[in-house]
Amino acid sequence: MSRFAMVIDTHRCVGCQDCVVACKTENNVPEGYTRDWIAEEVHGEFPTLHLELRSERCNHCSNPPCVACCPTGASHVHPLGGVVLVSHDLCIGCKACLAACPYDARFIHPDGYADKCTFCIHRVERGLDPACVSVCPAHCMHFGDLDDPRSEVSRLLASRNHHALLPEAGTNPNIFYLT
Amino acid sequence: MRTDSGNPVSRRSFLKISAATIAAGAAAGSALHAVYETPREKGIRRVPTYCDLCFWKCGAIATVRDGRLWKIEGNPLDPLSRGRLCPRGTGGVGAHFDPDRLRTPLLRASERGREVWRPVSWEEALDFLASKMRAIQTNYGPESMAAFVHGIGGTFLKHTLKAYGAVNIAAPSFAQCRGPRDTAFRLTFGDDVGSPERTDIENAQCLVLIGSHLGENMHNTQVQEFANAVGRGASIIVADPRFSVAASKAKFYLPVKPGTDLALLLAWMNVIVSEKLYDKEYVGKYGFGFEQFAASVVPYTPEWAYPETGIEPETIRATAREMARYRPATLVHPGRHSNWYGDDTQRERAIALLNALLGSWGRKGGFYIPSSMDVPGYPYPAVPKPSRPALRAMSNKFPFANEDISTSVREATITGQPYPIKGWMVYATNLINSLPNQDETIRAIRQLDLLVVVDVIPSEIAGWADVVLPESVYLERHDEMNPELFKQPFIALRQPVVPAPDNQKPNWWIARRLAEKLGLGAYYPWKTIDEYLEHRLTAGGYSYEQLKKQGIIRGKQPPIYFDDGAPAQFDTPSKKIEFYSTQLAQAGFDPVPKYTRPDPGPPGYYRLLFGRAPVHSFSRTQTNPLLSDVMSENSLWLNAREAQKLDLKSGDYVRLRNQDGKLSNPIKLKATERIRPDCVFMVHGFGHTSKALRSAYGKGASDAGLITRYKNDPLMGGTGMNVNFVTIEKGA
Ligand code: SF4
Repeated sequence: MSRFAMVIDTHRCVGCQDCVVACKTENNVPEGYTRDWIAEEVHGEFPTLHLELRSERCNHCSNPPCVACCPTGASHVHPLGGVVLVSHDLCIGCKACLAACPYDARFIHPDGYADKCTFCIHRVERGLDPACVSVCPAHCMHFGDLDDPRSEVSRLLASRNHHALLPEAGTNPNIFYLT
Repeated sequence: MRTDSGNPVSRRSFLKISAATIAAGAAAGSALHAVYETPREKGIRRVPTYCDLCFWKCGAIATVRDGRLWKIEGNPLDPLSRGRLCPRGTGGVGAHFDPDRLRTPLLRASERGREVWRPVSWEEALDFLASKMRAIQTNYGPESMAAFVHGIGGTFLKHTLKAYGAVNIAAPSFAQCRGPRDTAFRLTFGDDVGSPERTDIENAQCLVLIGSHLGENMHNTQVQEFANAVGRGASIIVADPRFSVAASKAKFYLPVKPGTDLALLLAWMNVIVSEKLYDKEYVGKYGFGFEQFAASVVPYTPEWAYPETGIEPETIRATAREMARYRPATLVHPGRHSNWYGDDTQRERAIALLNALLGSWGRKGGFYIPSSMDVPGYPYPAVPKPSRPALRAMSNKFPFANEDISTSVREATITGQPYPIKGWMVYATNLINSLPNQDETIRAIRQLDLLVVVDVIPSEIAGWADVVLPESVYLERHDEMNPELFKQPFIALRQPVVPAPDNQKPNWWIARRLAEKLGLGAYYPWKTIDEYLEHRLTAGGYSYEQLKKQGIIRGKQPPIYFDDGAPAQFDTPSKKIEFYSTQLAQAGFDPVPKYTRPDPGPPGYYRLLFGRAPVHSFSRTQTNPLLSDVMSENSLWLNAREAQKLDLKSGDYVRLRNQDGKLSNPIKLKATERIRPDCVFMVHGFGHTSKALRSAYGKGASDAGLITRYKNDPLMGGTGMNVNFVTIEKGA
């Protein structure tokens, strides 16, 4: 088996949004929508501040509520890496998954189906990194298989402090942020 | 920063479900339907070229799918991009698809500034232009035709203009951007830091950034090296009134009072000299006038600097010691846009001198010595000798300017002195937004017999033009090649990826055809651009075929550090690093920088600061549909407690009124802890007033509209622009 994950180094990230633009061109995401975005989290009072910039997207959860709630089976887990995908032809655009996703990762594509990050599975199948990972000028994003202890993502998680988003939601997210 | 802007338009997603091929063992039933169509290699074409979304000129590879431009990625062979573009470069696709781009030549059909034009053929437009230029030549002399240019694309137009007899060709990138820095480093080391800057961030162990927002300012190679420096734990010191992205990576963040950076720099030097922390061997070997310099910084103690800068003396000492600890691998970054307060060359000279004390010029982790590959220029016939010199040569007002000063050309246009300027050619720079004080620019335009704009979009300056010539975007044209001066020397080629969609033409074609119309065809011995490029490359001993295929040809890298044998040469009068500048003393300026307190502005006002965002370049990318989708308007950064006092919250729209009563467009407030309470900040380039820029018109506010005042740098004529103050008015 394989479990795909992204490990993102918030120390290196400059929040430039190249990941957002690259996703839009690679996947032809329609104007007005994005599958990934940058979150800016500030703590403290000027001038003693902590800023975390995070490239965020669908967490490809191991326990995905969007799949559980889908009435048609359109939202599903792909056998390759456990990637969470939507079958456009099965999707009826009911938005149950939009409501179920605690990360607000989904939107309804103008063509009527729920859309979101696919981990660029069409690239991954060909041995490439997802577009966002491959363009990042800060080299802050890493993609790989957590079931392989020798993978770069496994090694990074073993050696660095990290967190994931909303662990309390019980979704078992697969995007990790190095801090 | 999650974007929720823009109107969704129906564009068919390319991700389509196709027949299942990897379905065996599917975990979920519907996985059978889940195999996504991978882009077929059939129908895919990749073309190497170099980017034009900014002046960095990264090597790129564009992918065309079924005849349609799909994406642009970095060229792994390119030493600048190292295979990764910045967000603008990645979004370069949008420059081709920009719905608002210029499509056909236009002649003005109403009064200037009304944006009323008549579409015409290239022949009609160029005939008209040539007749106007001939009239200026006859009535005033060719020197009265001036030009403003930005970027490498201006090469051929400049050649035509010089053949015609023009001598005043200014780049706003000098007097409105990098000029103070380049002048200061030339005065100190005899050479400037260049573009791309010769900063060895990759190897710096201590990096000092003064208002230089790496990461928000996406100078690609520098950002990559900066992230590497952060990744390997380099010590980073940031002085900035704003808690920039760079500040968030810093070991020391110094929230310096705006306009007092020079005080901080002098105090740092005071500590390094008085504690004898400088590189004595380096200073002894290469320095000139160190004694006078050392005496001159004695009064500038950290205690003196504290009330000026707001930075505690202990912090000043600790950071100075930190710099000394890592020298010579301590890089005090000179920044790029350096026209801030009018004393900018002296501030930049202090940066140069601090680097000199640390021994970082010519050293690993400091400033390397760049080189380029030898590609001879095209053997053009000599251009005519001008009968009158350039304006810059006729005035001693700014003695250390070594390039034409855009604002001086503007002034001469208004006054007619020392001779009239009657024509402007403007290439790829939006003068209305790039020069300070828009009223002065418009007053100058009213004096002109001819304003011609060559550009890809109908910018504000195009709105004032008599002739607008639509250039094809970089993805649709050849351009001058780029034998870059860099750490690793290389040559880059720009070549068309897709055809221009309408009646746009490449600048080389426009320049050559205009020369023919002016009877200057003999200055263009080459017929096609291929012939020109091949001629130059062959003369240098390189293969055009190879360059076309790879986009990049790399050369051998000579030693780049003094310690490895790079020549330690300083092209200054003393042939040394000038701690004390006799040139400056002789011209009546401070030979060692001195501090003067900046004007604090009227009470109750905030100082207006402006800067960059990673997804836009100047005021030239706001109609790019990909980039505007990510950032469609700018926002006003205001300290959270100040916002509370004004009863404002993030997301409220406000207007700014400056000290001269100028009112801005509505702009969205960002109430944030990330800025001092005495200033506000916005990203430059928004608040477009050109109606022809339909998708950007009126979105956000324009800093340029509020920059009515500027302070001239007495050394080189730069226009310090952070000298404007605003109040905030509620409501749209
Ligand atoms: S820094 Fe970005 S916009 Fe500038 S040339 Fe490189 S990729 Fe293009």
